[in-house]
Parts: sequence; structure tokens; C-alpha cells
Amino acid sequence: MKSGSNLERVMAAGHFAVTAECGPPRGADPDHVIKKAELVKGNVDACNVTDNQTSVVRMSSIAGCMLVKQSGIEPLLQMVVRDRNRIALQSDLLGASALGVRNLLCLSGDHQKFGDDPQAKNVFDIDSIQLIHLVKTMRDEGVFPSGDKLDGAPKFLIGCAVNPFADPYEIRVPRFKLKVDAGADFVQTQCIYNMDVFKKYMEDVKRQGLHERCKILAGVTPLKSAGMGKFMNRMVAGIDIPDSFIKRIADEPKEKQAAKGIEMCIEQIHELKEMEGIAGVHVMAIEWEEKLNEIIGGAGLLPRPVVEHETVH
Amino acid sequence: MITGTPKPIDEVLSMIEAYNKIIVAGCYGCVTVCRVGGDKEVQVLSSTLRLAREAAGRPVEIKEVCLERQCDPEYLEPMRPYIEDYQAVVSIACGAGIQFMAEKFAKTPLLPGINTGFLGVTERQGEWAERCQGCGDCVLHLTGGICPVTRCAKSIFHGPCGGSVGGICEVDKEIKCGWQMIIDRLKSLDQMDNYGKLKPYKGWDASRDGGPRRIIREDMK
Repeated sequence: MKSGSNLERVMAAGHFAVTAECGPPRGADPDHVIKKAELVKGNVDACNVTDNQTSVVRMSSIAGCMLVKQSGIEPLLQMVVRDRNRIALQSDLLGASALGVRNLLCLSGDHQKFGDDPQAKNVFDIDSIQLIHLVKTMRDEGVFPSGDKLDGAPKFLIGCAVNPFADPYEIRVPRFKLKVDAGADFVQTQCIYNMDVFKKYMEDVKRQGLHERCKILAGVTPLKSAGMGKFMNRMVAGIDIPDSFIKRIADEPKEKQAAKGIEMCIEQIHELKEMEGIAGVHVMAIEWEEKLNEIIGGAGLLPRPVVEHETVH
Repeated sequence: MITGTPKPIDEVLSMIEAYNKIIVAGCYGCVTVCRVGGDKEVQVLSSTLRLAREAAGRPVEIKEVCLERQCDPEYLEPMRPYIEDYQAVVSIACGAGIQFMAEKFAKTPLLPGINTGFLGVTERQGEWAERCQGCGDCVLHLTGGICPVTRCAKSIFHGPCGGSVGGICEVDKEIKCGWQMIIDRLKSLDQMDNYGKLKPYKGWDASRDGGPRRIIREDMK
């Protein structure tokens, strides 16, 4: 075992994994996280805690992870390279591991232009792929990138994100391969709506054998309405929702669109479960955590398996 | 070249508020080429300042000069005989030129008349664009002659990120995705092998982060 995390054990035992996410609040109130965690609990193997997503200032991801952990859920720390140089990144990795965080997602981070401090200085000292390499070096070799020995190596299952729908398509699989080469143990994908494009992507991934080197968790986000789908298509870079997908929701009366969105999300998960090379699903029910139980249960993924702990050396 | 943009005239007027005898100094280097700090701009700025101060009932005497370069000592020396006859200098050279003049003349306040921009090129008449951040460790041979540090809004070394759509960066619809350009160029050069390689962490110590930089050429001393 690389980290001994619950997520790692579940996947190693061959179960179809489930993760979700929890965005920390725009304030210091811990109850916000604890309430969300109650809705997530029991439905997932690990829960992502986002790191100032869209560059909007929020409670720190490490603090959010601790609150999630105290609620009895295994946290998955998201870490962006936008706000911290390699000194701060290494330090936070050590701190998070010391506090018992065992899953990590290495990200670039949205450009600060999109947040509430567009005049902030960005860092990008190293990029997200180099962060994967940095964590792997610390975990597996027990040394800092500088070569100095660590007094206790951090233990993380190392994750990355991919967007199969971003441009240019031809670079999507080679870039995923770079992340796997750098040391990614698992990947969570951008929200999938266009299954045809995703299937093609997976064919290319399998041709490279990447699914055998890295566990692939397919990302899904239930749509609350046809309007939400149109908005995401227009406003979010790298989101591809086919018209036919939105039409199925739009064909429903307004009050039934949310239920249709959930039904379609469950439908997608069933389809993803059958796809070769998919190790699990990452359900991003954005500010809709109360529906996680219905979606994950509806997809036949409850209760979550309990896999006995193995000592990590 | 080093580019720049004029400071708003009100800002310059407020800088010279306390003075009634000043020099406006241009430079025949980069700022002349990008039309922000040459002799023509010295004339225009001086006239504007004079008119504004006359209208305010507080005329200002201005000596107009344009130096060959403000970043070389030999071109600054000719100012020495008369500079202390004036209360301040508004320089419309780049930040390097302004600072060098300040270093040479300890008793004269130096006021910036332009905002220094970037190392760039003239893309077309009246349009300049950044190409280089002078990071001190060039990788253009690996990236198809397109700089990831300058052309990518995140300066990442393994792009493009998820924010690249149709060759455009999500930061601004007027900004091309640097990594899309790198990939297109690598393909046309048949150098896509370069893309698939992990690149080492960049040593920013060769850049500004190592402190003010210095180049010493013993062979030229």
C-alpha cells in the first residue's frame, strides 16, 4: 500500500470506488463543513475538499479536510499550485500527512482572474505535473526534492485531474500520460456528459495502457435544470454537454427537471460501471450534497464496502 | 524592445505640483521605437504640462532633452552641468533609464512619466505584445520557439491546462493559448517528442527571484 487510505484499499480490493466533494465555506464557521459532511457520510470512500476553487477565497483545504475527517469521512485534499511556491507546498504536504490526510489531488488551480482578488500575484512556481513528481519523490524516496532526507515521509495516494473535453483533443491522452509518468495513482475526470467523446478518450487511454497504471474515476455532475446545462456549456471552459442531453431535461416540466437530472446521472453511472478501465466515479453534486445518497444508492453503489486496514510500512 | 505606456497626465501633474522649473527627459532607445518616450513625446508632454500649469495660474519652466540612451553612463554625463539648476526631472525612459539617472544625480528627484511595460515586439502599427520575461534560462529550443513562461497565463511547463478552448485562453478572449501555439508549432516542426517529456522544476533563481541580476563579461572589461 502506498498510503493505506480507505480509497486505496477499496480500489485495490477491486471495488468500484465512489468519491464526492465538499467545498469549504466563505468564512470561518466549521458547522458549514460539518453539515455538508453529514450528507456525504456513508455514501463515499473519500471526499474531496476543494482548494479555493475558481480563485474565490474559502476556508483552507487542509482545515476542511480535518473537519471532514472529524465527521468520520476520509478526506481527499485538493492542492493547487496557484497560491503556494514549492516551499509552502512541501510544508503543507508534511502537515496534511501528519494530520492523517492520505489522499491528495494535484491541480494547477483556476487563474486568479476568476476570483475575488483578480489583482493577486499568482505563483505557479511548479506546475501540477511537477507537484505530482514532488509528492512521489517525498513519499517513495523519503527525500525532499532538494535531496535532503525527510524525518518521516508523507503518505499520500496521489491523484490528478484530466479533462477529456478540453482543447486540443489530441494532447489529452499524452498529457494524462505525463501525469501517470510523474506518479499519479488515480485520476478524477472533469464532468462527463458527452459519453461518445469519453468512450473515444478511453479507447486512446487503454491503447496506452494508462488504465492499468492509474485508477480512473469518472466525474459526473447531476444537472438541476436545462438552464444549468446551457449555462455550464457557455461559461465553463472545457465542459461539453450535448444538445440531446440538455433536451431530455428541457422536455420535462420545470418542477420535474431536477429529478430528470438525477435520473440521467444515475443512468450515466450505470453505463460507466460497465466500461472497461473505469475504477470508480467522482460525483460532484455541486451545492446539492443532499442528493448524493439518492444518486449513489440509485446507482447500486451502497452500502460502501469496508476493506480491512493493512499496516503501511 | 522594452515597451511602456504614458502615465495619465493628471498623475504627472500631481508629481510636479511642488515644482516650477523642471526637465522632461526622453530617450532615443526602445521607448522611441514604441513611441512613448522619444523626442516627439518629450515635446508633447512638455507642452501639455505647460498649458495645464498656465491654465492653473502656476506656470512651469520646462527644459526639453532627449538622450541617446538613459541606460548608459556616457549619455547621462552631459546633463551634469545643468541638472541642479532644475528642481526635478520627469523621465519618459523605461524604469531602468529612470533609475540609472537617479543613481547618477543624487540631489535631483526623478519622476516617472511612463509606466514601463514588457519585453515585446511590434505586432502591427500601434500594437505591441509581450514575448519574453527575461527569466534567465531559455527553453525556446524545446517549445517550438514559443515561450511557456510568457505566453501561458499560468507559466506552466506541461500545458495546456483545462482552460484552453479553441486555441483561446480562458483568461481573456484576446489571448491565444500559449500551449496550443507550442503544440501547433511542435507538430509543424515534427518535434512532438519534446511534448511527452517531463521537464524539471524551473530554477527561478535565474529570474528576478534571485534578486537583482548582473551580467559580468570579463572579456569586455
